[in-house]
Amino acid sequence: MSDELNWILKQAATGRLSRRGFIGRASALGVTALAANTMLAGAVRAEGPKKGGTLKIGMGGGESTNTLDPALAASQVPFHNARAFGEPLVDVTPDGGLEMRLAESVDSTPDAKVWSFRIRKGVEFHNGKTVTPDDVLATFQRHSDEKAQSGALGIMQGIESMKVDGDNLVVTLATANADLPYLMSDYHLMIQPDGGRDNPAAGIGAGAFKVVSDEPGVRVVYEKFANYWDTSRGHFDSVEFLVINDATARMAALQSGQVHIANRVEPKVAGLLSRAPGLAVKNVSGHGHYVFIMHCNTAPFDNNDLRMALKHAIDRQEMVDKILAGYGSIGNDMPINKSYPLFDDTIAQREFDLDKAAAYYKASGHDGSPIILRTADGAFPGAVDAAALFQQSAAKAGIPLEIKREPNDGYWSEVWNKQPFCASYWGGRPVQDQMYSTAYLSDADWNDTRFFNPQFDGLILQARGELDEAKRKALYSEAGLMVRDEGGLICPMFNDFIEAVSDEVQGWVVDGTQEIMNGLAPHKCWFA
Amino acid sequence: MHPVLKLLTQRIALGLVLMLAASVMIFAGTQILPGDVAQSILGQSATPQSLANLRAELGLNDPAWLRYFRWLGAALQGDLGTALTNKQDIATSMGLRLGNTLFLAFWAALISVPTAILLGLIAVRYQGRWPDKLISGVTLATVSVPEFLLGYIVMFYLAVKFRAFPSVATVYDSMSLGEKLNAIALPVIVLVLVVLGHMMRMTRAAILNVMQSAYVETAELKGLRPFTVIARHAFPNAIAPVVNVVMINLAYLVVGVVVVEVVFVYPGMGQYLVDHVSKRDVPVVQACGLVFAAVYIGLNMLADVISILANPRLRHPK
Repeated sequence: MSDELNWILKQAATGRLSRRGFIGRASALGVTALAANTMLAGAVRAEGPKKGGTLKIGMGGGESTNTLDPALAASQVPFHNARAFGEPLVDVTPDGGLEMRLAESVDSTPDAKVWSFRIRKGVEFHNGKTVTPDDVLATFQRHSDEKAQSGALGIMQGIESMKVDGDNLVVTLATANADLPYLMSDYHLMIQPDGGRDNPAAGIGAGAFKVVSDEPGVRVVYEKFANYWDTSRGHFDSVEFLVINDATARMAALQSGQVHIANRVEPKVAGLLSRAPGLAVKNVSGHGHYVFIMHCNTAPFDNNDLRMALKHAIDRQEMVDKILAGYGSIGNDMPINKSYPLFDDTIAQREFDLDKAAAYYKASGHDGSPIILRTADGAFPGAVDAAALFQQSAAKAGIPLEIKREPNDGYWSEVWNKQPFCASYWGGRPVQDQMYSTAYLSDADWNDTRFFNPQFDGLILQARGELDEAKRKALYSEAGLMVRDEGGLICPMFNDFIEAVSDEVQGWVVDGTQEIMNGLAPHKCWFA
Repeated sequence: MHPVLKLLTQRIALGLVLMLAASVMIFAGTQILPGDVAQSILGQSATPQSLANLRAELGLNDPAWLRYFRWLGAALQGDLGTALTNKQDIATSMGLRLGNTLFLAFWAALISVPTAILLGLIAVRYQGRWPDKLISGVTLATVSVPEFLLGYIVMFYLAVKFRAFPSVATVYDSMSLGEKLNAIALPVIVLVLVVLGHMMRMTRAAILNVMQSAYVETAELKGLRPFTVIARHAFPNAIAPVVNVVMINLAYLVVGVVVVEVVFVYPGMGQYLVDHVSKRDVPVVQACGLVFAAVYIGLNMLADVISILANPRLRHPK
């Protein structure tokens, strides 16, 4: 191929020359339009994973207060850090299945109370130490200790005892839980040498990438870990995370070619951005949802008729269209959607119905005083607008909502989980049990709807120990209906994860577990 | 004692007193916030017992004045404590950020100050004619546009459309000076545009004031070129107000550029402070407050010193 053809091909592949422009100029060099098209497609999508290059990801959701301790990961950048340098025991596949990572296999007693993870041999940590079952045990023990302030503490509390038995780690539960392996895929639970007790923030794990430099809130640089055990992953020589919290700056960085992937594309610009050359907008429906939550034990929300009135008075489709610009799906007043395993898709969709709303409102006997809905920009993107839409649709049913706008600062400590009616969001969990246990069981730490229902608790606990999938599905269906019809959750929409990805990045997998392919783009992708 | 020396000593002493007063206010301000450091550290997991233990460990039960002097004493020795959120040494991590901020401010000042003064001189030379109006119009426009919008405009044209400079201005140690300058080109452009107008107009006004004096007329009557009259005879007597406005803008370049930092993802002090304020990381906030106060008071003190030295009546008393 001539140098000139090569050059224009590169220009076209990186989007600096339009497809039409490329074909025109290629024909001038004696290439037919068909051949030019094929050539371009080939340049953009080379065959098979290629090694090398530096992947740069521009990320929102990082602060200079971040640390590399996976136990403390609570926002996007720390999550991706944990995914890059850490290796979990097991992982969730894009289709919701279970994938063995540091565990070679997993086994349980028939009552789902004692679980045994066989630990893979010959895997090395970044500091040269070999991964042993004792490291896994130490990691789990650290996360079980309240002092570590681990985000996985709630998961670990269900464990009665752990011990090492030869090559196995044996976990004994207080109550049966068929989902235990899924819980062990939690992103906080990255296996560290000696559990990370010496220096949890050192960023030493067994993942595909090794930390080279970490400037919290600025950038983190990784290089490929030469002795990584899984040869099918980790094609880049190095990976760089650039913290770009400003959405416009993030998109500009992608468009100017400074980063290859940008997370958290705003729905309102996603449509425009998808028309820009050299990049693609990827959206995937995930487990995240935007909600309005009522405390079921606080007046006036202790009246189920009033709760039902509000649930019928929200126009879900309008919310998806206007707040998410179509990048999402409507919710059904339960925290679960079709992207969860064992979801019952026969449950009827709750519709926007002013007559029913008015009837329930009348039945509730509410005195007509304004119902205060608290919201803030930080509650979820577009929360203030969503509250205004809700106010208008509720007014049509004769329900007076009063919006009280709260400052972002302190919203999560002073308003959410404190005030009886407010806007909020959930990132979702890998499995239904974990979602319900985190926020809907009577004794859940984050029972932000104050939903106390012994019958519901019983269903969830029963489903946990049920190994027959059909029966579990039925139990979850019943529990979900209870939240939908009696709970304090108004869930108008599930938001998509929206990312913008340069055409140079190949091997993209649709995975809605968490953003950017569940944090695995650095592991699974490669450059064209 | 020479009167200038006396004035200077007074001015510097006043600066130090101001600095001390600022440190008292910073300390008092963080004390009257609800909750204390022990509560911020323990967060939701706080129990009365653990709170009491930690308070005793951190010496929070001592009277406020004692803690103030302990804090001030440590700060004067360069020990600003450790951040609550990520346990890093504040002096080290803030030192990096402060270095970056000063680097950006230095280059922005290096371009903007001479340009502003030169434009001011030109505007006076052609007062009321089109060069004056053009300079005033353009600089007023760039001052009036909000910084973030200016940033986005510059980014759209220079980074996305023409790909002349990178839109992300992150700098780090392993970069060469050339790479660093290339990285900070866009924020420097924006900052220059933001501060240029203020300094230019002040220069113009101050010189115009002096232009009414009799000695300027004498210079003109001697047959000097108009620009020489302005630059050699009028400007030296307008230095005091010009230096003051230059210093205010320099201080702004150090302490007030958080919006530009965010837009261009520049790892400076502003973003560092905002991150820690939102996490209630009190020791870092105090340290940042102290540094910002020092920069502000220091630069203003410098302006006063230069004004005093630039005044011939004070330099050569009768």
